[in-house]
Amino acid sequence: MSDINFITPADSPDLMQLPLFVDRASCGFPSPAADYTESELDLNEYCIKRRSSTYFVRAIGNSMHDIGLHSGDLLIVDKAEQPQHGDIVIAEIDGEFTVKKLLLTPRPGLQPMNPAYPTLWPDPDQLQIFGVVTAFVHKTRGKG
Amino acid sequence: MFALADVNSFYASCEKVFRPDLRDKPVIVLSNNDGCIIARSKEAKRLGIKMGVPWFQLKEMQFPEPLITFSSNYELYASMSHRFVSHLEEMATRVEQYSIDECFVSLQGLGKYISYEDYGRQLREHVYRGTGLTIGVGMGPSKTLAKSAQWASKEWHQFGGVLALTECNPRRTEKLLSLQPVEEVWGVGRRIGKRLNTYGITNALQLAKMNPAFIRRNFNVVLERTVRELNGEACISLEEAPPAKQQIVCSRSFGKRIIAYDELRQAICQYAERAAEKLRGEKQFCRQIAVFVKTSPFSSEPYYGNVASEKVQIPTRDTRDIIAAAISALDRIWIDGYRYAKAGVMLNDFTPTGVSQLTLFDENPPRERSEQLMKVLDGINHSGLGKVWFAGRGIAPDWQMKREMLSPAYTTKWSDIPRASI
Repeated sequence: MSDINFITPADSPDLMQLPLFVDRASCGFPSPAADYTESELDLNEYCIKRRSSTYFVRAIGNSMHDIGLHSGDLLIVDKAEQPQHGDIVIAEIDGEFTVKKLLLTPRPGLQPMNPAYPTLWPDPDQLQIFGVVTAFVHKTRGKG
Repeated sequence: MFALADVNSFYASCEKVFRPDLRDKPVIVLSNNDGCIIARSKEAKRLGIKMGVPWFQLKEMQFPEPLITFSSNYELYASMSHRFVSHLEEMATRVEQYSIDECFVSLQGLGKYISYEDYGRQLREHVYRGTGLTIGVGMGPSKTLAKSAQWASKEWHQFGGVLALTECNPRRTEKLLSLQPVEEVWGVGRRIGKRLNTYGITNALQLAKMNPAFIRRNFNVVLERTVRELNGEACISLEEAPPAKQQIVCSRSFGKRIIAYDELRQAICQYAERAAEKLRGEKQFCRQIAVFVKTSPFSSEPYYGNVASEKVQIPTRDTRDIIAAAISALDRIWIDGYRYAKAGVMLNDFTPTGVSQLTLFDENPPRERSEQLMKVLDGINHSGLGKVWFAGRGIAPDWQMKREMLSPAYTTKWSDIPRASI
């Protein structure tokens, strides 16, 4: 240590906040795309029509192979959607949720999408539909 | 015209939405620490189970069918409550959320196009379709009458959960009010109800017929407003934006009694943290931090309860300041040897900005970049990806709230979403 301290500018000056001018000074050609900026695509917007009545459900089992629905896939279920003939639905059978294709004609039934399983013909008065599956997500990597 | 929409047996109904096996089963929900019954499904009501009964008493009793019991799952209820309000907002121009399961809806200008009862049934259908929750709808020219109509729709099932009291049918309104006990009127309650009884007023109709000036003189202006509202004069308007809070309280009973100072300090730390987070949510700063502790007033041991508060020079919403103030308040009221049952942190004296005159001898100069740090903290904690907290709160405290029969967070946690077999 010497007796004299020379005061020199600091190596790394303190962080100083400066306003960022969003309007750039045009030094050269302005971006021709600037006026066409849109917000990025949102998967929610693609998959979900009604946020407040949409629920996520995990599919477990293998009765729906023929439509490419596999165990562990994420089902996007709209509870407010009116179930129609041919819809993939979440039905309540024996106190459990099950995913099947809904048949309304000739009589209400629940059809698996795998020939190894039989079609169910529940009592129409007992048939409760939790919601309509509007999309499902199958991860090909990084499951869980 | 106003409507009051409320969800039937809200907590118990939420538990049933994702459990088709419980559809016709008696379901009850317990309060914090699995203390007493705070919600019953209609099947449980039919078994004669009353609100507020302690769980340990009910556990011993025999019922013709097993009771399905849940701890309070506030994550699930908050999510379903939000969905319920969204569904009302889809069908109404103005909605005021009054409690977790009740909303006032403005029906202004609607009567020309649709009968009120038809609209009420549409609301009911819409909420049920999207959430699986059944609501009751009461309607009237004032909020108090809407509330009375909702009370009646619960009492008499022939209304199918929807009832409108309109000016063109005054006899129906009179009939209903004559059947409603005065303490059931919105804003009356048991204490004022008892006093009204001494004047010979036992039902809502008698209250409605009172002279407002007399009520103001002998009671207060709030009850006078109730009288006017019962006569169809709307005095209380819809509050869409709740008024800024004047106080934030964060308190809880412990899962077990606390005797060690360190454990109580951890609890106070956690409540201070939570209170500070709420304060930032309200976009306010506070100048006073109070802490209270108490032992159980019900047990035979000697009772001790005390409260202390700390003032800060500069209004703050920095968790570090609030924890420090709360701990120094705690140190003033802590006494060894008691078995503490409950503690809490209260924040008072709010201002919307952190601006204040600095003083020359200030002990706690404002912290640098406090705002940014708190923003990062809240950002992480609200992201759902993980939590960060102050070490003072401990890692796995065992005084934490007891929730032994907790159902999954079906709508707010990926690992808990319902399963369906395919």
